[in-house]
Amino acid sequence: MKCAAFDYHRPADTAEMLARLAEHGPEARVLAGGQSLVPAMNFRLLRPAVLLDANALPGLDRVQADGDRLRIGALVRHAAFHLPVADGPLGRLLARTVPYIAHYPIRQRGTFGGSLAHADPAAEWCLIAVLLDAEVEMHSQRGVRSVPADGFFRASFTTDAAPDELLTEVRLPLLGNDWHVGFYEFARRAGDYALAMAGAALQIGRDGRITAARLALGSVAGRPLRLTTLEAGLRGELPGPDLLREVAAGAGALVEVSDDIHASAAYRRDLCGVVLERALRQALQSLPQDAAA
Amino acid sequence: MTVIGKPLPRIEDPPLLTGQGRFLADLQVPGMLHMRVVRAPVALGRLGEIDTVDAAAMPGVVAVWTAADIATLPPVDFRMTRIAGLEAYRQPLLARDFVRYVGEPVALVFADGAHAAEDAAEAVFCDIDEMAPRLDPADGPGAFPTTDEPLSGEPATVTKAYGDLDAAFAGAHAVIEVEARVGRHSGVPLETRGALAVPGEGETLVLHGAAKVPHYNRDAIARMLGRDPATIQLSEGHVGGGFGIRGELYPEDVLVCAAALRLGRPVKWVEDRREHLMAANHARDQRYRLRAAVDGDGFLRGLEAEFITDQGAYIRTHGGTVTDLSAAMLPGPYLIPAYRATGHIRLTNKTPAGTYRAPGRFESTFARERLMDAIARRLGHDPLAVRRRNLIPAASMPHDRGIDALGTPLVYDSGDYADLLDRAEAHFDLGGLRAEAAARRAAGEAVGVGVALFVEKSGLGPRDVVHLRVLDDGTVEAVTGVASIGQGVETVLAQIAAEELDLPITGIRVVHGQTARIGYGMGAFASRVTVMAGTAMQIAARTLRDRALAVAAEMLQSPPEALCLGGGTVIRPDSGATVSLAQIAAHAGDGLFSEGVFDADHMNYPYGVHIARVRVDRATCGVTVERYAVAYDVGRAVNPMLVEGQIVGAAAQGIGGALMEEFVYSPDGQPLAASLADYLMPSAAEMPAVEVLIREDAPSPQNPLGVKGAGEGGLTAAGAAIAAAIDDALARPGLVRALPVSPDRLHRWLQADRSRGDVPMRRCAPKTI
Ligand SMILES: Cc1cc2nc3c(=O)[nH]c(=O)nc-3n(C[C@H](O)[C@H](O)[C@H](O)COP(=O)(O)OP(=O)(O)OC[C@H]3O[C@@H](n4cnc5c(N)ncnc54)[C@H](O)[C@@H]3O)c2cc1C
Repeated sequence: MKCAAFDYHRPADTAEMLARLAEHGPEARVLAGGQSLVPAMNFRLLRPAVLLDANALPGLDRVQADGDRLRIGALVRHAAFHLPVADGPLGRLLARTVPYIAHYPIRQRGTFGGSLAHADPAAEWCLIAVLLDAEVEMHSQRGVRSVPADGFFRASFTTDAAPDELLTEVRLPLLGNDWHVGFYEFARRAGDYALAMAGAALQIGRDGRITAARLALGSVAGRPLRLTTLEAGLRGELPGPDLLREVAAGAGALVEVSDDIHASAAYRRDLCGVVLERALRQALQSLPQDAAA
Repeated sequence: MTVIGKPLPRIEDPPLLTGQGRFLADLQVPGMLHMRVVRAPVALGRLGEIDTVDAAAMPGVVAVWTAADIATLPPVDFRMTRIAGLEAYRQPLLARDFVRYVGEPVALVFADGAHAAEDAAEAVFCDIDEMAPRLDPADGPGAFPTTDEPLSGEPATVTKAYGDLDAAFAGAHAVIEVEARVGRHSGVPLETRGALAVPGEGETLVLHGAAKVPHYNRDAIARMLGRDPATIQLSEGHVGGGFGIRGELYPEDVLVCAAALRLGRPVKWVEDRREHLMAANHARDQRYRLRAAVDGDGFLRGLEAEFITDQGAYIRTHGGTVTDLSAAMLPGPYLIPAYRATGHIRLTNKTPAGTYRAPGRFESTFARERLMDAIARRLGHDPLAVRRRNLIPAASMPHDRGIDALGTPLVYDSGDYADLLDRAEAHFDLGGLRAEAAARRAAGEAVGVGVALFVEKSGLGPRDVVHLRVLDDGTVEAVTGVASIGQGVETVLAQIAAEELDLPITGIRVVHGQTARIGYGMGAFASRVTVMAGTAMQIAARTLRDRALAVAAEMLQSPPEALCLGGGTVIRPDSGATVSLAQIAAHAGDGLFSEGVFDADHMNYPYGVHIARVRVDRATCGVTVERYAVAYDVGRAVNPMLVEGQIVGAAAQGIGGALMEEFVYSPDGQPLAASLADYLMPSAAEMPAVEVLIREDAPSPQNPLGVKGAGEGGLTAAGAAIAAAIDDALARPGLVRALPVSPDRLHRWLQADRSRGDVPMRRCAPKTI
């Protein structure tokens, strides 16, 4: 478990980084927190000829509200989200999700952008990105572009980013206070990758009915999945435990689940409903008591 | 002075806690080469040409070896439990003709650096004609391919029997059968294995990285390399955990020695974690079928057991140890008038298996205690009542089982099993625990309590030796042939010496694991060190004290009986005159020293009770251990804090084996749990605080201290207790029949029950979350 040899550069600014990326292309890898990349190199599953360390790049470590969006710099560490980074449901959702990512020391180094670029199907931030229709911004010498999360995640560990592109920022919608959010996952041990996870966001109107719903499952297939059919089924309904249970029970059947040594397909299919129901329940907990029928 | 029995802080801790630990990987020697092992990528195949040309030409590479380069070196032999017929299944140092498991060493690269060695290892190409591997030993005996006719895949069976089993079954009120399976898991020490061989003047060699059994390994390496053992020295540094698997003689240990001698340079090998999980001994992996004949009152009349040990691809140093111990220790604490156990040793194409903390006992205790629960259920009795009824009474101690274990007669030396059960029940408020669990179940939770009993064994002989010497500064140096794998050997031995010599334990320096310092040593395994070396220490210390007093008597002009030894000096009370140990040693011409030798031809048998309370999440099938308690009678606890530490650490491993740890293989024999992301050990977050009750009610009559071993009992009944607790939580007696109880497995069992209609269909999600 000693990595293969590589060249190392630590560009001082984005222009230099982009130049190096253009020069080395698929031979190069960006080093962010190193929490996925370095183990993979030590296992020799990856052997980039050139490592381009992004940690000296200025300006990528900020979280800021901008209009109705929250802009998260690619180098913002996981640990930054333990305290809500924004008022309201979005900050709450990120804070509820972050403790499930690995262990505290890893959260001190691992980055938001690194998680998305790595595109592990079991990554919590990837699920959140899909749940909330994040925009992912990428820079290269060819220009700047933003891609919606849905188009960004292609398959397991595969994204839309080209080898010469640097992921710079992720933008999430600052949800209004009429949104109610929840996250739940089941893993075998604290800090393990989940066997299944779910995120839920429900917008509740004045009349107590659901006006919009976002539901997503992670860690069950090659990429996080939005459950649009179930979302549509919730619209206009009065939220309550029975409804949530019914909706969640349908989740497993909608998904082509993967299997591995920790979860067979049959088990994982059942887990889909369990985690989704629990995420939905958590979302409803922030409703005034009398509103939850 | 009473030092024995005190929870003194460990004398070995200061260097470990201040970053001064010296583990194998810390050692650097000028001119050192790094060895990298090229390992088989497939589970079974005919080994053809190995192309080393490219690798040998890579920068920094000094040599590349295959089996052809070490053709004269024999396979690794058995250290224990040599059973006729096993020889042909020993592991060659490097694969010959066949590869038989993923991870088997096939070639070696020696290079100037560890990176260069690993780069070159990737350039070694093996031509392997793949064959279909054998992964399920339950398929039948199977075959072990060779260049001639294949050998049987079942080289031996172990049978232990007594009493009239046929009569017992013929007269039975009921016959109860259970099947029980324990998965493949093992000890995973924080420090992986490693070895550094340094050639010295005149064909001598020092091997660093020794652990567990340095003297035996010195002799074995000398034998294999055809050398005089006096030219080889083994040296143990700090060791980051052993658990039975580390310190056995493995191919890599011999290979670094052979290479250092042939290449004339120091050679270092440090195992990486991925290697460790497929190269170091696996363990457990047994399946049992038990049949019990019981009478109408629930008394056991006879027990018949058949089991299979999945030995993996070769038989390593332990020979038939695990199978032998399983068959011997299966009866546990119960009176069983007639018994027969047949254990099948079967080979498969997996990493070879050996002993891991509580070998044969974790497994057989799981099977037996599942059986006791099944008997209780069948007869409608309380599980504890059935157990109590069958316990060997204190009045029958010592209790001769009429069989042997590890070649020694199996005679339980002392014990009051019912008393310990009563005490555990009271101390941990078992009644309250059960009532609370029942109340929570009534409220919709799935919470349950499980109890399991066990007998351990410890103090394996035949001998240990301690040499004591007073150094110039008055320090007493104790040299022993045992080893320290982190368990507190230095402190415990120092406490025993301190007790006799009336010294603070810091005045005693314990040397262990150094073959250059003492000619004989059995090492650290089988919970033997405190029993064997501890007793030898007591003998040596008493002799030293007598000698010190005799010399002091001369110096102080007083009869020795009138003198007192204390705090490193001898005092003549009537005059107040004193002489220090250092002065006495100086006066004594050839110094002040002594030897203690202790021999034992029987083991001794500590015993205990495990209690688990678990909560099952019916929806996710996740199991949380809420409480864990162990009551253990160790005869005498020399340092109760260390005994407690042993129990707590072992319990963590037991919980791991019960719920998480498993070496899973793909259908083509690829190990799928080859990193710590997939081989799941419990972390602090999964561990409850383990509650411990240490008892000293049944000292061993076989040594003057009365001590029994404390190293393994924290593990032994963990699988059994957790299984019973899960059954109880789900109100599904007999549900758990295999370990580990992963959520996936539990889900499968519950689904199968549902589809069989055994239980009413239940929604997957519970009412409350
Ligand atoms: C024991 C352990 C447990 C873990 N458990 C979890 C878990 O439960 N959930 C979870 O989500 N993660 C988990 N992780 C992974 C962790 O969250 C990583 O931090 C994360 O996946 C990657 O972020 P990073 O900043 O460390 O990226 P790196 O490891 O530095 O990089 C990962 C990949 O992304 C690329 N990359 C990184 N940043 C950029 C960029 N700005 N532009 C383009 N490409 C980029 C790299 O080139 C590389 O290919 C775990 C890690 C460990 C070691």
